[in-house]
Amino acid sequence: MADVVLQRPDLAPLDEASVREAKAQSEHLETLYLVVANASCPSCIEKIEASVAALPGVSAARLNYSTRRLSVARKLNSCSLEDIQACLDAQGYRAAPFDPARQVQLDEREAKDLLWRLAIAGFAAANVMLLSVSVWSGLASDMGTATRSLFHWLSALIAVPAVLYAGVPFFRSAVAAVKKRQLNMDVPIALAVTLSCGISFYRTIAGEALIYFDAALMLLFFLLIGRYLDRQMRRRATTTAQNLLALRASSAVVVETDGQRRNCPIQELKPGMKVVVASGECIPVDGDLAAGFAEVDMSLITGESAPQITKAGDEVFAGTLNLGGPIEVLVRASDEDTLLGEIIRLMELAEQRRGRYVVMADRLAGYYAPLVHILALATLIGWWALSQSGFEAALMNAVAVLIITCPCALGLAVPIVQVIAVGRLLRRGILTKSGDGLERLAKVDTVVFDKTGTLSLSRPRLLNAEEIDPASFTLAAALAGHSRHPLSRVLAEARPSSTKELSNLQEVPGAGLTANYLGEDIRLGHPTWCAVPRPLRDAGDHAGPELWFRWGQRDPVRFLFEEDFRADAIEVIEALKSMGLQVELLSGDRESAVRRAANRLGIDSWRAGQRPNEKVSFIASLRNRRHRVLMVGDGLNDAAALTEANASISPASAIDVSQTMADFVFQGDNLSPILETLRTARRAQSLVVQNFVLAFLYNAIAVPLAICGLVTPLIAAIAMSSSSLLVSLNSLRLNRRRREKAVYAWR
Amino acid sequence: MTGLAYLIPAALVLGLFGLLAFCWALRSGQFDDLDGAAHRIFEDKDEPL
Repeated sequence: MADVVLQRPDLAPLDEASVREAKAQSEHLETLYLVVANASCPSCIEKIEASVAALPGVSAARLNYSTRRLSVARKLNSCSLEDIQACLDAQGYRAAPFDPARQVQLDEREAKDLLWRLAIAGFAAANVMLLSVSVWSGLASDMGTATRSLFHWLSALIAVPAVLYAGVPFFRSAVAAVKKRQLNMDVPIALAVTLSCGISFYRTIAGEALIYFDAALMLLFFLLIGRYLDRQMRRRATTTAQNLLALRASSAVVVETDGQRRNCPIQELKPGMKVVVASGECIPVDGDLAAGFAEVDMSLITGESAPQITKAGDEVFAGTLNLGGPIEVLVRASDEDTLLGEIIRLMELAEQRRGRYVVMADRLAGYYAPLVHILALATLIGWWALSQSGFEAALMNAVAVLIITCPCALGLAVPIVQVIAVGRLLRRGILTKSGDGLERLAKVDTVVFDKTGTLSLSRPRLLNAEEIDPASFTLAAALAGHSRHPLSRVLAEARPSSTKELSNLQEVPGAGLTANYLGEDIRLGHPTWCAVPRPLRDAGDHAGPELWFRWGQRDPVRFLFEEDFRADAIEVIEALKSMGLQVELLSGDRESAVRRAANRLGIDSWRAGQRPNEKVSFIASLRNRRHRVLMVGDGLNDAAALTEANASISPASAIDVSQTMADFVFQGDNLSPILETLRTARRAQSLVVQNFVLAFLYNAIAVPLAICGLVTPLIAAIAMSSSSLLVSLNSLRLNRRRREKAVYAWR
Repeated sequence: MTGLAYLIPAALVLGLFGLLAFCWALRSGQFDDLDGAAHRIFEDKDEPL
């Protein structure tokens, strides 16, 4: 069998399981794991898998597109990790090995186990509900006691094992908490489920009319859904963070004191060592530039797109790209202390804090169940002790209380509004990522924006394309195509098919490009680099970035660029202000650029040059002053701030981590989804409050009646379902009202 | 009422089928890579026989 696998390396396996299988089938096979970060197009899967599987010795390759991880089964000592990396590199993919054994994995099995329990609870709840509805309608018509009893026993047969199995996560957590003499949110849940099942089982034996297995199973089903989604969210965040860690340059070239160079794993770098970083490579550690100057793409840290010129002695950070020539960096901090590590740590810290909201939501739901049982128990004891009508009647009254107070209306009050609101947002291209995000968003009074990539599109725009003569434009674009500088890239893309016979091509960091074209010298870049005379250079009042182009002795040509703001940025900020929100701008960009953006967009309060931890502490200080903050950001440098804020929104163009951290992710080039989300959240919140009022009103009237023994279980059941219906109908107004408004706006 | 004798088992068995199908899907890794599955449908590959 193993031979077959080896003889047909072109055959891609069907799933990861078969990669593992292929491994198990032969002792000569082993599995390698790689993170492929930029595999983000549909055809990437096929390209990557086919090219890696074609390597000699590789019997199977499978890319998990969700986690961006590639598993490769290869023959021992056949093709090396470097071969695979080189193969992927040739196609433009950046791959890094990772060791699953070293990862702090959230147990995969535990997630599957939860999903399985959820399935069991759903199956049981559906079937028991089917039987219960029959019994309820039978009570109103002519169902015989024997048939009813049969239905009850069937319900018990399904419900008891299902509750025992599906409820295990809650029971386990509740027992652990009680053992520590604490109460957590699972204790009342476990109690409610056990009690209602116990009573129902007793009533089944006694042949009573109504049982509550359905209630217990529904409760478990909905709680398990919440728990599973929460877990998935956490898993995605962890996976993203781990991929990020694996992607950090894994080795560095160290210059020894005697001038010799050797490769050194990053973990072994010590402060004071000197590291060489080649052009276009990732800087592996935090440190100081040893000599000369460098052009560094700091967008990972500051979010700013234009490369930063760094002089000798200046700080450079791990994860940033060296766009200029080779540089030497003096290691300042060891791997653990690097800034990227700091960002990841900040994120983890902020994430732990977030759990509180989930706990609070769960606890509210959990409070109601014991209250129901205490009320029912009080009714039972009260009637039994104080009235002459006997135990059976007392029990019936207690049952009526139990049904009347079935937390359906209350339980529906929040989730149904959520479901409608989330569906509404989804149709408008806004993805809601956290369950209580709407709730938190509705209370927001301050909006903090990031600049680059959020208010502005991440690429600058060429302003004066029409003014430039086509021949120079094409030649400049051809030259620009050889550079990774953001301005050059925009210029090259403005004339995509420009290719010219260029020789002696050279790029000088911080200055520009030069080449030889048909015997003439051509230059693109900084005005001094192109020897532009000063009066020409200062002409006009363009404040944005610019590029100069000089072709031989002809007049220099000036390319003007402008930071391109999202089309509706000004209107959205205006609208936010008119909604009574305070708007702040927080950017890692340089001061002049931020001031210009703030003036243009009408934002009064702004801060420039903010590092990730400064963003976090700024938001924390706002929160300390009792503001509720909405953070809108997209970069890695915003990730921690997104988590620190009360609520957060990211554009879909944002880096993975930010999207994972954000409560909402919106598609498209417009900012108006932010307004839409805010309005929906506020409307949803007021509907939730209305629903709560409705549910409480219902309980306030019906519960005393039931306690007084004026309600039979059947009437109680009808009252209970109509209160649920009322709440549901009220929630549907979220859709209706908004449509009217839209029509109004359209007129 | 005799209809119940086969209607109830039928309902339960159908539900059970769904549950087993889900169990199979879970075990065979159908949920491992949900995003990837959406893209793999575009793969245009002729399997060698």
